[in-house]
Amino acid sequence: MTSLSTPRKGSGLGSVSTGRKVKDRTVQGLVYLAFLLALVPLLSVLWTVVVNGAKRLDPTFFQFSMNAVAGKDPGGGAYHAIIGTLQQVAITSAIAVPIAVLTAIYLVEYAGNGRLGKVISFFVDVMTGIPSIVAGLFVLALWLLTVGFGFSGFAGALALAILMIPTVVRATEEMLKLVPNDLREASYALGVPRWRTICFVILPTAMTGIVTGVMLAVARVMGETAPLLLTIFFTKAINTNPFEGPQASLPTFIWEQASDPNQTSIDRAWTGALVLIGIIMLLNLLARLVARRSAPVRR
Amino acid sequence: MTTQTGVESAEAGGARHRAPGRMSTGRLGDRIFAGSATGSGLIVLAIMAAIAVFLVWKAIPALQANEANFITSEEWNPNATPAEFGIAQLAFGTVMSSLLAMLLATPVAIGIALFIAFYSPRRLASGLGYIVDLLAAVPSIVYGLWGAVFLSKHMEGVSGFLNSTLGWIPFLGGDSPGKNSIFTAGVVLAIMILPIISSISREVFLQVPQAHVEASLALGATRWEMIRMSVLPYGQSGMIGASMLGLGRAMGETIAVAMVLTYVPGINIHLLEDGGATFASNIANSFAEASENGRGALIASGLVLFVITLLVNMAARAVVARRKEFV
Amino acid sequence: MAKRIEVSGLHAYYGGVHAIEDISMTVEPRSVTAFIGPSGCGKSTFLRTLNRMHEVIPGARVEGKVMLDAEDLYGSSIDPVAVRRVVGMVFQRPNPFPTMSIYDNVAAGLKLNGVRRKGQLDEIVEQSLQDANLWNEVKDRLGKPGAGLSGGQQQRLCIARAIAVQPQVLLMDEPCSALDPISTLAIEDLIGKLKSQYTIVIVTHNMQQAARVSDRTAFFNIAGTGQPGKLIEIDDTSKIFTNPEQKATEDYITGRFG
Ligand SMILES: Nc1ncnc2c1ncn2[C@@H]1O[C@H](COP(=O)(O)OP(=O)(O)O)[C@@H](O)[C@H]1O
Ligand SMILES: [Mg+2]
Repeated sequence: MTSLSTPRKGSGLGSVSTGRKVKDRTVQGLVYLAFLLALVPLLSVLWTVVVNGAKRLDPTFFQFSMNAVAGKDPGGGAYHAIIGTLQQVAITSAIAVPIAVLTAIYLVEYAGNGRLGKVISFFVDVMTGIPSIVAGLFVLALWLLTVGFGFSGFAGALALAILMIPTVVRATEEMLKLVPNDLREASYALGVPRWRTICFVILPTAMTGIVTGVMLAVARVMGETAPLLLTIFFTKAINTNPFEGPQASLPTFIWEQASDPNQTSIDRAWTGALVLIGIIMLLNLLARLVARRSAPVRR
Repeated sequence: MTTQTGVESAEAGGARHRAPGRMSTGRLGDRIFAGSATGSGLIVLAIMAAIAVFLVWKAIPALQANEANFITSEEWNPNATPAEFGIAQLAFGTVMSSLLAMLLATPVAIGIALFIAFYSPRRLASGLGYIVDLLAAVPSIVYGLWGAVFLSKHMEGVSGFLNSTLGWIPFLGGDSPGKNSIFTAGVVLAIMILPIISSISREVFLQVPQAHVEASLALGATRWEMIRMSVLPYGQSGMIGASMLGLGRAMGETIAVAMVLTYVPGINIHLLEDGGATFASNIANSFAEASENGRGALIASGLVLFVITLLVNMAARAVVARRKEFV
Repeated sequence: MAKRIEVSGLHAYYGGVHAIEDISMTVEPRSVTAFIGPSGCGKSTFLRTLNRMHEVIPGARVEGKVMLDAEDLYGSSIDPVAVRRVVGMVFQRPNPFPTMSIYDNVAAGLKLNGVRRKGQLDEIVEQSLQDANLWNEVKDRLGKPGAGLSGGQQQRLCIARAIAVQPQVLLMDEPCSALDPISTLAIEDLIGKLKSQYTIVIVTHNMQQAARVSDRTAFFNIAGTGQPGKLIEIDDTSKIFTNPEQKATEDYITGRFG
């Protein structure tokens, strides 16, 4: 024990030099600091949204639109925007989920090592990186400027679907790959046709994982603003028909209210942000709960 | 548990279908199902092709009507007659804000990834990772609101401080540091790309073979020395690729930047001063008032953004993939 | 500089799994001690408790005492980093640093310990490579990546890396199991040479190897799956292989195992 205090080379355990220890501790400190640094904006965003958003979190906000409400007026609400967001996200999912899940099935179950599979997989990656505004511009160029339709919730949903497809493809792919091969082989060995094997053996096994992936993807596109600016445009009124005329949505509602300098408008923007974050966090939480149930499948 | 029952019922179902006469339905079903799976894959390809085609097609008339140089002009007046617009200012703002974001975010993100992979207790690791991922769940419109209303107030002091102490660096120079600057936009973007850089880096770190880690520890390396000898060399290309993916994200980010920046015409290399615009923010801000030609011009600028982010993302993926060949 | 290791009442756990139970033994300095026993009986686990590498695995912990001469490796004031500097280790699979040259691999531990002077580094690197019987094969390509060597050469590189910091004990976990017979012979020769300077502990599943290279042999066994591994007996190698005390040892040695 005594030899510890006198670190001589070649005898005793010695100790690590102070310089090395200091460096090790410094890096440890920096790394902890980095993590805390990430918490600062997260907590700040959540805090400001909750504090500022609480002011207008009243029944009016959920029951009224902005129709005939001027920027400086108190009152007014996001009813029209909430309706719009829910409809748009529902249509988006209805378009994107089947395409994405089938694409993932193609990639995992049919493509093998073929060329087409590689090409599709590559372009799914490319699609993941498309800036959301570009998806909006595309729908603008195709749906509105070329085919000639007007602004509508459906046009917005088309743009959102482009953003949703790659995320759901990747999530589904991952889950399908986790399904053990024995299961496939056991089913094929019994002479079960491939499509039945996929629909009744493989998909049910991967289902909770896919549901999780879809929910996370829904949560993501729900907060998208940029493509909607170009496709659903703006309206202060309630429009329950997603196929005809401009529609509102929570993100564009926030954008609109925030660009009005009146404090009453800014307050509405914060409350819109609070409601939006609330829905998104709820979806994230639900997705995690569903994912936990699927844990035995994962390993 | 549910999976087990799923298997059994499916096997039972399959057994029923083995009766010879039913085989043909199986084959027809197979063909329809395989067809729709392949078709969906092809839809993905078609969408990508259509994006390129329609953006080019709708951009051409506006580009033809343009009286200014599309690449070098700093003006953006596509609604005027004659129309004059160019992307120089937008390109400058996009590159500067996103490079700044990447430079600010990468060290912090790698620190976070190291913290989660090697410093935090194992049991907490996934929970802590989830907290960082929450940053990615916050929508950009909320970052925009927060950035424009809350953060920018606090950035005034920071900008002033940087300007007075580091003003000799051209980018930090100028005499009126403000709050709605490219610098503020860069900070907001940095926060937004933090989670993607850190989660990819974390994934790479967790893949470092235990044998490499033990090799340095067994030599008597401290934790930091182990990271330097075994983890960072292995994770190098992964980290570079991750920060490039972050760069691509930052370039395409629209709303947060559009809400933070105040538009002032012309390139200003003083990043602490108010002003600046990016491809994406300009589209969001100018769209509502754009004429037909104006929309075409915005589409043209969006096409440029699309190509740039595509190249950055593909390069990033290539870098990340290179690691796999290495080890 | 070789040291005596005295282990008493040592238990090791992986989370809730009790991997080895109540092991006590003495490892003599300047000798080779071999650990033999069926796989899964905790030889590697025990070996890794001797330089505090066991605790590197999340959830793993150790109870008991390991004295290195007069110091308890698990004493509260002991830094595991210092322990590993003094008790070197060679792994089952050669694990040279893939991005480092041959030279840098050998010099890695020295640089950690503050040896910076080029002349001194050159000297120790050459000496270690010679001691590891590798110098002649690599002296013309010291700047090339260590990963480019053959498996046997890589393992000798790892040995050179371990002895470059002049440890007092060298632990080897089945160092030849991934190697061809010729490389195996080269490493066995090397062990014979190194034992004049180091305390060597080697895990091997090859009983001929244990008989060839070791002075003392410890036999470990396990009562059944899920049971902790135990030390059955440790004695001179010649005694273990000709006239062991325990029936289980004899059964294992003569192949009447299980
Ligand atoms: N990383 C680990 N985590 C959990 N259990 C382990 C781990 N490594 C080894 N074990 C368990 O400890 C026991 C002893 O393993 P080991 O020391 O590797 O045996 P040997 O080297 O004699 O083959 C085995 O039951 C093994 O399953
Ligand atoms: Mg072993």
